[in-house]
Amino acid sequence: MKYITKFRRRKSAPLLVLFFALGFVSVVFSAANVLVSPAQARMGTDETLVDKGSVLFAEGCSSCHGLNGQGTSDGPTLVGVGAASVHFQVSTGRMPMAAPGAQVMRKEPSYNEEETLALAAYVATFGPGPAIPSEEEINAWVNADVAEGGELFRTNCAQCHNFAGSGGALTNGKYAPSLGQSTPQQIYEAMLTGPQSMPIFSEKTLTPENKAAIIRYIQELNKSENPGGVDLGRLGPVTEGLFLWTIGLGALIAVAVWIGARVR
Amino acid sequence: MSNNFDLNNTFDPDRGKLPEKISKEVPSKLPTPAKGVDHYLRRTDTDPKAARRAERQVATMFALSGFFTLVFLVSFVAIPREKKIAVNLIGVTSAQNLVLGVSFGLAILLIGIGAIHWAKKLMPDVEMEQERKPIKPSDEVQQEALDAFRVGAQESGFGSRKLVRRTLLGALALFPLPFVVMLRDLGPAPKGELRKTAWEEGLHIVTDITYQKIKPEDIPVGNLISAMPENILEIQEETHTLNERGKSAILLVRMRPEDIKSQQGPDWDYQGILAYSKICTHVGCPIALYEQRTHNLLCPCHQSTFDLSDSGQPIFGPAARRLPQLAITVDEEGYLIARQGFQEPVGPSFWERGA
Repeated sequence: MKYITKFRRRKSAPLLVLFFALGFVSVVFSAANVLVSPAQARMGTDETLVDKGSVLFAEGCSSCHGLNGQGTSDGPTLVGVGAASVHFQVSTGRMPMAAPGAQVMRKEPSYNEEETLALAAYVATFGPGPAIPSEEEINAWVNADVAEGGELFRTNCAQCHNFAGSGGALTNGKYAPSLGQSTPQQIYEAMLTGPQSMPIFSEKTLTPENKAAIIRYIQELNKSENPGGVDLGRLGPVTEGLFLWTIGLGALIAVAVWIGARVR
Repeated sequence: MSNNFDLNNTFDPDRGKLPEKISKEVPSKLPTPAKGVDHYLRRTDTDPKAARRAERQVATMFALSGFFTLVFLVSFVAIPREKKIAVNLIGVTSAQNLVLGVSFGLAILLIGIGAIHWAKKLMPDVEMEQERKPIKPSDEVQQEALDAFRVGAQESGFGSRKLVRRTLLGALALFPLPFVVMLRDLGPAPKGELRKTAWEEGLHIVTDITYQKIKPEDIPVGNLISAMPENILEIQEETHTLNERGKSAILLVRMRPEDIKSQQGPDWDYQGILAYSKICTHVGCPIALYEQRTHNLLCPCHQSTFDLSDSGQPIFGPAARRLPQLAITVDEEGYLIARQGFQEPVGPSFWERGA
């Protein structure tokens, strides 16, 4: 009881109560929305999405990014990042962040697609930024030129994400992630917004057709087979050398020891 | 001159046959076991059951090896080449490849393991002593060799026929020269090619692969573009080489003007758009691992790191020189162009480069 009384007298108490109330409302809201099909929800007016997003934002994002997305010491400003950036960060599970560090990692998303779209719509109101690409833009990869995509990938992407899209190291503990789990939409949004260390590949210098070709190439990479056996992460000579020097040489040494061992 | 050769004796019809005095029987006297070495008896030495078991094990391995060879042969014919299977750890792979590899590997491995097992368990394992033969031959043998050499030298006339000797020595001295001269054919000397690239004043900067001219307003802050001079394809057609592509590749990045700490020349950027050579100054790898937040550019080969916000200076790794910067501006239509060529050689250092 003493604890509760102490809590009530704090200045922030009403605010916290409000947050919990809003959080409760949003949970009810989203639970109700599960029943609505995504297509219908997409057609819902922007205002309802924005309202929903503002609730979710206050609950899940504002502690680091500020109540109006202006940024705090714990998180950067979201003014002008655009809906595409929010959709990428939230749908890949990178936001909300589990713990600060050199690199924010991909994990199970905390929000479903509806909530993600709501958050994106709300953050987009902070300032102009790249919008979520349209269905046609995202799905254009199905008919894109995979050979051109390969050329573009090797010129613009392979230096960090590796020739097979397996990712690779950057400086000071940062790294370019593997593209194995990335959906076409996420790849598109990443090129558009440049998350974390990744640079931006703007629509004018890497056109939607170019992006579709790159996405097609990554999709082909991800479903390609391993005719040579275990791929060892498709990281090239590093893991292959490590495998040979440890497992391969280790096996040879074990055989040598066995040959020379005294028989009982 | 003595002549020991009997010409009639050079062909021996009985060559290869065992002389009659060599016995084919196993010698009854094996080398004597070493003295002073503790010899342990194996279980297969003392227990006939264990020996039989070991024999069976070895035979099983050989039989299994034969079985896997048959598996190889059958799968070579029976498994269709296009057949794919999904295997744990490997993923989707060719069924035939997998079965052929595994069966062939096991076939040869089992022969090896069986042979070693056989040697270890069943063959005699007594420790033996063997005297090492002296390296120095006996005096007679030495004398014989020396005599043969002297006779040969005398018979050849190497000492007495001076003309032959001198011409031979001369011929041998000249013979290696072609190998030295052929080094010249490793390629034409590069002359000034290492010092200049295709870039020159007024050339448009175009995107690599798609070859589109670029306007500054199409490049947001944080953007990265791999770019080429507009005439790169013509040069490639003319020269039939990729040398110019290897030298002229550049990166365009845009950062906030206030983030630029220094440049290699006054206002070589255009509104925060910077152009740097894409070729690492260490050993010339194409380098494009650009971190847009730190403005660091990392080389994937040896982790040289350059700070593009600070004149492209190397800040980590083996590269000793900064990345050359290309001065850029826009033409009257608003497309990005080079203001001049590179002012220093791009790529790795070379002997005559100077500081």
